[in-house]
Amino acid sequence: MEWEVVIGLEIHAQLATKSKIFSGSSTAFGSEANTQASLVDLGLPGVLPVFNAEALAMAVKFGCAIGADVNKVSVFDRKNYFYPDSPKGYQTTQLHHPIVGMGAIDITLDDGSTRTINVTRAHLEEDAGKSLHEDFQGMTGIDLNRAGTPLIEIVSEPEMRNAKEAVAYFKKMHSIVTYLGICDGDLSQGSMRCDCNVSLRPKGQEEFGTRTEIKNVNSFRFVEQAINVEIERQRDILEDGGVITQETRLFDANKMETRSMRSKEVANDYRYFPCPDLLPIVIDDDYIAAITDTLPELPDAKKQRFMDEQGLSEYDARVLTATRELATYFEETAEKCGDFKLAANWVMGELSAALNKNEVDIQGCPISSSNLGAMIARIKDDTISGKGAKSVFAALWNLEEGDKKGDDVDALIDSLGLKQVSDSGAIEGIVDDVLANNASQVENYISAEPDKRGKMVGFFVGQVMKASKGSANPGMVNKVLKQKLDEKC
Amino acid sequence: MHNLTLTQISQGLEAGDFTSVEITQHFLDRIEALDKKDGGFNSFITVTPELALRDAKAADERRANGNATKWTGVPFAHKDIFCTDGTLTTCGSKMLGNFIPPYDATVVDNFKKQGAVCLGKTNMDEFAMGSSNETSYFGGVKNPWDKNRIPGGSSGGSAAAVAARLVPAATATDTGGSIRQPAALCGLTGLKPTYGRCSRFGMIAFASSLDQAGPMTRTAEDAAMMLNVMSSFDEKDSTSIDQAVPDYTATLSDNIKGKIIGLPKEYFPENLDPEMAATVRTAISEFEKLGCTIKEVSLPNTHLSIPAYYVVAPAECSANLSRMDGVRFGHRCEDPKDLSDLYCRSRGEGFGEEVKRRIMIGTYALSTGFYDAYYVKAQKIRRLIKDDFMAAFAEVDFIMGPTSPTPAFKAGEKTDDPVAMYLEDAFTIATNLAGLPGMSIPAGKVNDLPVGLQIIGNYWQEAGMLNIAHQFQQVTDHHQQAPQGIE
Repeated sequence: MEWEVVIGLEIHAQLATKSKIFSGSSTAFGSEANTQASLVDLGLPGVLPVFNAEALAMAVKFGCAIGADVNKVSVFDRKNYFYPDSPKGYQTTQLHHPIVGMGAIDITLDDGSTRTINVTRAHLEEDAGKSLHEDFQGMTGIDLNRAGTPLIEIVSEPEMRNAKEAVAYFKKMHSIVTYLGICDGDLSQGSMRCDCNVSLRPKGQEEFGTRTEIKNVNSFRFVEQAINVEIERQRDILEDGGVITQETRLFDANKMETRSMRSKEVANDYRYFPCPDLLPIVIDDDYIAAITDTLPELPDAKKQRFMDEQGLSEYDARVLTATRELATYFEETAEKCGDFKLAANWVMGELSAALNKNEVDIQGCPISSSNLGAMIARIKDDTISGKGAKSVFAALWNLEEGDKKGDDVDALIDSLGLKQVSDSGAIEGIVDDVLANNASQVENYISAEPDKRGKMVGFFVGQVMKASKGSANPGMVNKVLKQKLDEKC
Repeated sequence: MHNLTLTQISQGLEAGDFTSVEITQHFLDRIEALDKKDGGFNSFITVTPELALRDAKAADERRANGNATKWTGVPFAHKDIFCTDGTLTTCGSKMLGNFIPPYDATVVDNFKKQGAVCLGKTNMDEFAMGSSNETSYFGGVKNPWDKNRIPGGSSGGSAAAVAARLVPAATATDTGGSIRQPAALCGLTGLKPTYGRCSRFGMIAFASSLDQAGPMTRTAEDAAMMLNVMSSFDEKDSTSIDQAVPDYTATLSDNIKGKIIGLPKEYFPENLDPEMAATVRTAISEFEKLGCTIKEVSLPNTHLSIPAYYVVAPAECSANLSRMDGVRFGHRCEDPKDLSDLYCRSRGEGFGEEVKRRIMIGTYALSTGFYDAYYVKAQKIRRLIKDDFMAAFAEVDFIMGPTSPTPAFKAGEKTDDPVAMYLEDAFTIATNLAGLPGMSIPAGKVNDLPVGLQIIGNYWQEAGMLNIAHQFQQVTDHHQQAPQGIE
């Protein structure tokens, strides 16, 4: 039977607020356990939550960015369950009245085609703490530093049809929240996590099949792998005539399988009800308008601008706008050198290769956009050759932090002796010497058939470059040589 | 000395008639003699003599330095539901039998700033769930008017302590009548303010949308002095309301002539004890003598109060008490086998029967499939009840009736019949559901036991309620009577 895959994602994005959603504690990652947990985060008797307005602004910003209905009244609910890293015995979330209603984003697939994926809703909630099972023999440690970190949970419609679409959607959401500056997007630290709902149905059938939910997948690659292995698992069961159990599953990247979490997640009745400690969030049109005014240029708009105004290809524009950091780096580089296409070639070529090879991301790039731009400008004005530029690039990459040579790219080029001789008089002098010293080759050239001569120029170019110790501008050398040789014919 | 009212103590300190250390020591001696010993009232869970005397000394110094307030050096007590930094706060439960908060409730802080002297923490029904103080893990409290009887609840310790003149005043809280009913049963003045008047920060939550702090005193004048300190807008409590706090003592003497008093016929049902009804009506007639008009009104949805309350309050408490899980503080069972065992036994051992009953009722009411039928319906009833009151307040300034259907009953009389116990709050619960202020003042006696007159005001009408209560107390002496053997 031919099956159709149905995928919906729930993405949890930690909001980049300074303090927690209901307390004044810092949200910074990586502090010593329980040093960022206040009375409120600890859930002590008698304490009360106070909603952080910064979290509201960020959630509304997200809603505006995806063209969603931002709800003027939204309500916090309590989701009741017992777990040691949930200090109050309930999570404060939004069930019936989320802050962000229906919206949509466009995703671009590898072949450049685009699809619109609808976003059902996005709601505010608090993150839980962490249970630490290592380091405590026979016991579990609880770290509540993360408890109360604000999250938005972004719920998609079940509109994705394969793992690649799901990854494209996740990447696009990542790009949007990082462009907006509402999430640092650091997947490795759990700043963004994804629950994947996967089901299969016979092609053409309207009704959805039974779904499973793969919890807490925390990288783009894992999303693709987890969904694909889950699709395979479900397909095997269905083709054997079995039924899918609706359940939450965990992805194991080492074993390349998903497995049931049932043991821990006993069919919970969360007994949601409105949190009586918090008032409904009420906002008005003016508030939404003020937030809309602060929206930065988003990836789609930036990509379009790169194509329309700078003539970049769709592919280049898409790659360069994939993350806010890369787009910013690229734009700064391009503006510094004044040539978007050349800058695109360098950023996507030499720079990307170096970043990949050294396993650093653009934030950790040792070459500043300003230096790269300055270097590209020197290619553009023929101060250095493309080959020389590679040496300059390598030198810039390997500069120690604080090395003053990085402050002046021109001085660096000088010190490396990579400045091209582009002065026509100087080049003519070298050419004349080379021609004089190689009279027999000149004779051969003159006597050769005109259509063979082109190939023979290479010899003289090599001699001139050698004579100039590689500093002559090859373009000019070619031009001068041709001119001089043709004069002799 | 202990017969002095709060107001008189404040004046005595100001006049230099006695020092704070002297009056504090006097009350501490009384507590020592009458409360803690066998056969004592058991109105305190924790007494803090060292802290009290230290604060009293500091208060005397502050007065000597010329920056005393009316409250500086005045002794009082906190209900053990308010978190006190460094002092055991049990909420009447074994669950919190070892809980020493690292912070002060906002109400506690308000008193500290004034230099008031807290003598200790008063007994209460466990997590404020009860109407007789018999659910306290730390034992029942004796009613100073008859030691065989209960003082009411849940603020039974505060009421008994004030009635027995162990303190001139105490803080209390009221979720369904927990200030007013014990005030009535102990012959005191108790006021539950408008929801949002006093901060709930640091007040251990029973039912968040109903809980409100208020004073337990002998006189309306003292209640005004208490409310001046207890009231405040608090950014740490999102449900606290930024409403100016008037000087509640400033309007006590205003003329109340022309005020219209509504008597809801539902508050005088046919099965109400005739002596209770007569005593309350006699008290109300005093207001006529003071120039008020009496008018019958109707609150037709009164009968829905208890059913709605016993959905909303347990639902909220079922979540509020989830944090008592044996993980971070409070009671933890011995040698838990696993996480589930830790939860089940810690909570099973830590909570008493009534608390468990309400957690179960609330859990049931919020369950999938029942939520709409119970919780949503109860919220709709709250609206109907509020609308009843608003219709009545369109015609009258205050509503009056009995605070409780009976005077103090005997200990053990209703402990096996939770519904009979719940009916104790038949007249007080509606104001909590509506968020309105309600108060109880001594109205006379039935069988030598105090009877309370309940006064319900419109939102933020505490000053007016204290005013008419004070005027009533100027022409009656019910509030001045003391239990036998106390004088």
